[in-house]
Amino acid sequence: MITATVEQKHYLNAEYGLKSWLLTTDHKRIGLLYLGTITFFFLLGGIFATLIRLELLTPPGDLTNSETYNKFFTLHGVIMVFFFLIPSIPATLGNFLIPMMVGARDLAFPKLNLLSWYLLLAGGLLSMWAMFAGGVDTGWTFYTPYSTTYSNTYVIATALGAFIAGFSSILTGLNFIVTIHRMRAPGLTWFRLPLFVWSHYAAALIMVLGTPVLAVTLVLVALERAFRIGIFDPALGGDPVLFQHLFWFYSHPAVYIMVLPGMGVISELVSTFSRRRVFGYGFVAFSSVAIAVYGFLVWGHHMFVSSQSVYASLVFSFLSFFVAIPSAIKVFNWTATLYKGSISYETPMLYAFGFIGLFTMGGLTGLFVATLGVDVHVHDTYFVVAHFHYIMVGGTLMAYLGGLHFWWPKMTGRMYPEGWAKLSALVIFLGFNLTFFPQFLLGYLGMPRRYHAYPDEFQVLHVLSTAGASVLAVGYLIPLVYLVWSLRYGKRATANPFGATGLEWKTSSPPPTYNFDVTPAVTHEAYDYRALAEEETEGVRVG
Amino acid sequence: MSTTFRLFPQAASTTANSVDALYFFLVAVAAFFSILIFGLIFFFAIRHRRRVAREVPQEVRGGLTLEIIWTVIPFGLVMVMFAWGASVYLEVARPPDNALQAYVVGKQWMWKTQHMEGQREINELHVPVGRPVKLTMTSEDVIHSFYVPDFRVKWDVLPGKYTTVWFHPTRTGKFRLFCAEYCGTKHSGMIGWIHVMEPAAYESWLSGGGASGSLASSGEKLFQDLACGNCHRVDQPGRCPDLTGLFGKPVRLADGRSVVADEAYIRESIVNPGAKITAGFQPIMPTFQGLVTEEGMLQLIEYIKSLSGRPAGAQAPPGTAPAPERQAAGERGPSLPGSAPEKR
Repeated sequence: MITATVEQKHYLNAEYGLKSWLLTTDHKRIGLLYLGTITFFFLLGGIFATLIRLELLTPPGDLTNSETYNKFFTLHGVIMVFFFLIPSIPATLGNFLIPMMVGARDLAFPKLNLLSWYLLLAGGLLSMWAMFAGGVDTGWTFYTPYSTTYSNTYVIATALGAFIAGFSSILTGLNFIVTIHRMRAPGLTWFRLPLFVWSHYAAALIMVLGTPVLAVTLVLVALERAFRIGIFDPALGGDPVLFQHLFWFYSHPAVYIMVLPGMGVISELVSTFSRRRVFGYGFVAFSSVAIAVYGFLVWGHHMFVSSQSVYASLVFSFLSFFVAIPSAIKVFNWTATLYKGSISYETPMLYAFGFIGLFTMGGLTGLFVATLGVDVHVHDTYFVVAHFHYIMVGGTLMAYLGGLHFWWPKMTGRMYPEGWAKLSALVIFLGFNLTFFPQFLLGYLGMPRRYHAYPDEFQVLHVLSTAGASVLAVGYLIPLVYLVWSLRYGKRATANPFGATGLEWKTSSPPPTYNFDVTPAVTHEAYDYRALAEEETEGVRVG
Repeated sequence: MSTTFRLFPQAASTTANSVDALYFFLVAVAAFFSILIFGLIFFFAIRHRRRVAREVPQEVRGGLTLEIIWTVIPFGLVMVMFAWGASVYLEVARPPDNALQAYVVGKQWMWKTQHMEGQREINELHVPVGRPVKLTMTSEDVIHSFYVPDFRVKWDVLPGKYTTVWFHPTRTGKFRLFCAEYCGTKHSGMIGWIHVMEPAAYESWLSGGGASGSLASSGEKLFQDLACGNCHRVDQPGRCPDLTGLFGKPVRLADGRSVVADEAYIRESIVNPGAKITAGFQPIMPTFQGLVTEEGMLQLIEYIKSLSGRPAGAQAPPGTAPAPERQAAGERGPSLPGSAPEKR
């Protein structure tokens, strides 16, 4: 540990210059490229969220006109879903960590990995061009026949942006699957893998199997819009509901692309900060795969009032409840992991607590919308908006921030400032709940989503939500400042500052370009804190 | 008093009570598990906090019993949710036979409603309290969704398709009508009111409106204006199918299939006559796509419905309409299906 003060060669200082970054095939550098890209898109999506909440402070549409408001919520959705949430954890943390966690030098296809970053960038830039050229107002869901026939905005360019970004996701998924199958270190059996790897494996399956369907759907929308081919427009003999089937066949599983990697992060955090092997490891691992599989069978639960067959709705509702079971298994096992643990409260663990609480509420309100009779009322209201923000922001984003803090020392070689980090985690938790809990009440009260103006009786709850959003915005800006600050002024990180067990902690912080000087051999299960303690004791003795 | 602040919607229909009961059950389950998880996290986090820097806690292996318990109990609970939710949904999805009928056409960005008696409204719908109301709905352009929060009902309104929604208002007053499916620029302006009135007040409202004849009679006029009667003639059958007593009955098609002549079939036969050719006839009818508005289409359908052997316009009260139609179908049974026109 004494050597840590000497400036060692590592992946950050191995090469310098713009070219060394733009042409890198190092998964760690690519992870950082993604980190920068998605942070930019998060801020951009956040600006639109802020504008939406400001408009909704008062009942009449007074901040902007309806066209502009509709573009705001569309761009907020498109940017946050396709350019932030879907790449967030897999493309940054997953990219950085999976090769290290399996004891490999890089992902299976390093050049493909770089290509996938360029694809995300190209898709994002195309969508941004559409945004500046005039925007798009279809909602991120692109429902037909509005998107194909009636909207006068840049639908094709935006859809093409999401289409291109989809290939980034497919290539990332492919890379993960091959890496996890083929490049595990000697002794690292499937059931010795960290749960982070399991959940990324499950998410990668969805990326590879689901995203092509989105690509096909978006191409059909573009063709219909450009050439009136008559797939979705009833005036041309098409069926607008067919679009919804195709769209949700991808976009429901996509929710699990967003949340499964987050669950993987939480398994690592809960284990590390309670120094306990994750309770029911096998159940947690297989529940990820179960969620990925069930995820493909439930798309029709977005369509209970769409005119789809009543019997189809019954089947989709029934199957949707099956997703609740593996989700519940995870929550119970994380909670049980805390039992008789040695729990400490560093920032990542605060985010993990926040995730478990908010994901629990998001998951339980998912039962409301899976319940047919209740969904008829709350569908397309703020209840649904609140529900999926609890999953995607309360879940995925909390996990992302928790993971970012946890692996920040490994990625940058610097510690984040603990006090500020704890403060911002608390502000984010409170701000989040103040923003989105009132939206459950608004939704049951009947406030429809995507409304630019609304009747007076909804205002009080909207004011609370906007107040929460401003707290939340502050909560997000604090880490942005101190994490950048820590790059220069943060305390230097040791190889394993949190006493975690994964292979990524067995190499220096930041790691050398090829991760390990010697390919590690794995002789025990994941999360073996006793073995870790013995190794450290030996290390001290040898040292 | 609908503009006052409230935290919970009014319950103004029978469905509202069914949905609310289920909702409270779900809230109870959600509250129980949220409190359980939050409570356990707080309790364990404090009780088992790290006391010694390098301590390694005793290993606790996963227990199969626990895993089974927290798989089976949630599974049982969600199956109760499924069954209960399905029963409420089937209630919402299936209008009762005795419902009062009216029509809704959605367009960017307004709701147009038509009563059987001929009254037409925009962004408003007057209905009597205490009896079920069934709306048959379609859209002129994009997908809309007919949503009355105080009734807890919502159903999408689609172009080229008929959907239905029904409710049984239990109290008088005015209740918000929203479009719940994003439909373009003025989506948030596509709102209106459902006025639920005492039956007597409703009757006087009906007679007070300046309706120019019933929906069926408007349909009859349109039928004549479009010269449909030149071919679809009762006195001189042969070129085109006779429409008398058609509605609700099976029709044998030229390709051997058989379809029931419902609203969707009649609409399709007007805008796309070649799609389903009645057995024994030539595909000679031109399309009327673009010539008939969606509202006109509903009037034509209502006119064809009224041709159940009785003189047009002298229809039974709407609520009882389905029964005579079925009866008529039964009576004409022997001459069915399809072969009838050939014989004549």
